[in-house]
Amino acid sequence: MNKAILKLLKKNARMTNEEIATALGKEVDEVKAEIREMEKSGLIRGYKAVIDWESIEKSSVSAIIELQVTPKAGYGFEEIAERVSKYPEVESVYLMSGVYDLNVVVRGKSFQEVAQFVAKELSTMESVTSTATHFVLRRYKDFNVDLGVKDPDERGTVSL
Amino acid sequence: MIDYGKILTGTITGVKWSGIRKFFDIANTMEGVISLGVGEPDFPTPWKIRNCAINTLQKGKTRYSSNWGLAPLRSEISHYLNRKYNISYSPESEILVTVGGSEAIDACLRVIVEPGDEIIIPQPSYVCYEPITQVCGGVPVIINTKAENDFKVTAAELKEKITEKTKALILPYPCNPTGAIMERKDLEELSEVLKDTNILVISDEIYSELTFGGATHVSPASIDSLYERTVVINGFSKAFSMTGWRLGFVCGPEPIISQITKLHQFAIMCAPTTSQYAAIEALKSCDEEVREMMEEYDIRRRIIVKGFNDLGLTCREPKGAFYAFPSIQSTGLTSEEFCEKLLYSKKVAIVPGTAFGDSGEGFVRASYCYSTEHINEALERIGEFLKEIK
Repeated sequence: MNKAILKLLKKNARMTNEEIATALGKEVDEVKAEIREMEKSGLIRGYKAVIDWESIEKSSVSAIIELQVTPKAGYGFEEIAERVSKYPEVESVYLMSGVYDLNVVVRGKSFQEVAQFVAKELSTMESVTSTATHFVLRRYKDFNVDLGVKDPDERGTVSL
Repeated sequence: MIDYGKILTGTITGVKWSGIRKFFDIANTMEGVISLGVGEPDFPTPWKIRNCAINTLQKGKTRYSSNWGLAPLRSEISHYLNRKYNISYSPESEILVTVGGSEAIDACLRVIVEPGDEIIIPQPSYVCYEPITQVCGGVPVIINTKAENDFKVTAAELKEKITEKTKALILPYPCNPTGAIMERKDLEELSEVLKDTNILVISDEIYSELTFGGATHVSPASIDSLYERTVVINGFSKAFSMTGWRLGFVCGPEPIISQITKLHQFAIMCAPTTSQYAAIEALKSCDEEVREMMEEYDIRRRIIVKGFNDLGLTCREPKGAFYAFPSIQSTGLTSEEFCEKLLYSKKVAIVPGTAFGDSGEGFVRASYCYSTEHINEALERIGEFLKEIK
């Protein structure tokens, strides 16, 4: 595992092996091998773009859904969490402490579509005892990336 | 009609405007420029520091402070200098809080320079030492530091410039624009030249937190034989990304600091109080934030240095500050020609080395206070430019 490489990739997953090597003062082959190792071991699970969908598609809606579930004997929350995770509409699934159990982020084309998904798919699952749906009205920051208007560089162009 | 020429002093009108002011004006008004031109951090001031300032404002702590600066701040500065650079100054009588390092430089020169006095200034370096010396009636004596010496001041160069009129030597290290630092042995060599003289060392250490590649900043004041003749100037702008807060400090022997404080008391009263509270927080609890910024600078430094060298513009490894200082001699252009052409044809802004003294000819300064994506884009454009002028 190499934390310095992870830190760079977390900030910008598109950095090439060459760029990472330069940035960290390492050999390219070394960087390549370490990244491959971290991918193989499952430490790095994927690389994705952070996209401001709402800015181009009027029809993109996401919601956070709180699920209360009855854990199954012998499986705990694993089974239900895995089942929920299978849906392509579901972006993330977390087991939570506190008043509810699973936090599910769902994305759809409209409020209605998301509501339908919750009503038809999630709430009908046998171990789900209740759902609460919170629609996201606006995303200000996601994955450490500011989604607001970019501040202009106030420093000007040249100074001594 | 009033004749302003009769009103203004000959000393200030006699100080030359920087020759590249025009270039700066053009660069600063041109649209769509990708710049490696600024001399200040891109990071916002760490939130802890801003939040602390907000809290003191909310509580209405907005009065003048003591002329010397807030006592807890002076005490923190004393701890900080001890902890970081192994130098010790009394918070009661040897530390003054100033409006940026700039006020400290100005005040320090004003209390020591009389007409005809000589101040030795290594160049290429930051632009303020020469004009302030002149305004005080002093004579700037320039040491043109050399690339082959890693832009350090050597004992021989210093010796050659010392006369009976020499009052002080400015040591602007880590250096803007060259990225040079002075190591312990370099300073010890200078101390040999300076011993038994009445020459003061004015050490501008504003970039002291920014050293790389295993190098650490050595303050001349930490050399035993230089301690009594050194005035240390530092501040919060670069290390804590607090340029607009205008806060610095000056430390040194009590007889000098007390006279600087006298001047400061009449000219300035006190440094901005809000900034002083913020600075206490900076020194107390921001080691981690500074380290994070340093790591990021280091990454950018490696990328920009390799970038220039790959383009065929020889770039030594800068050991301090946040600038690369590549040579453009291989292009056959002067520094100013290079920068102007680059600005007009590729809209990339960098600063000609000559802005920092004649000895900057043949070099350009590229700041790496920018994101790596930004730096890469600028390097790409410089690469295209180099192909076109071949």
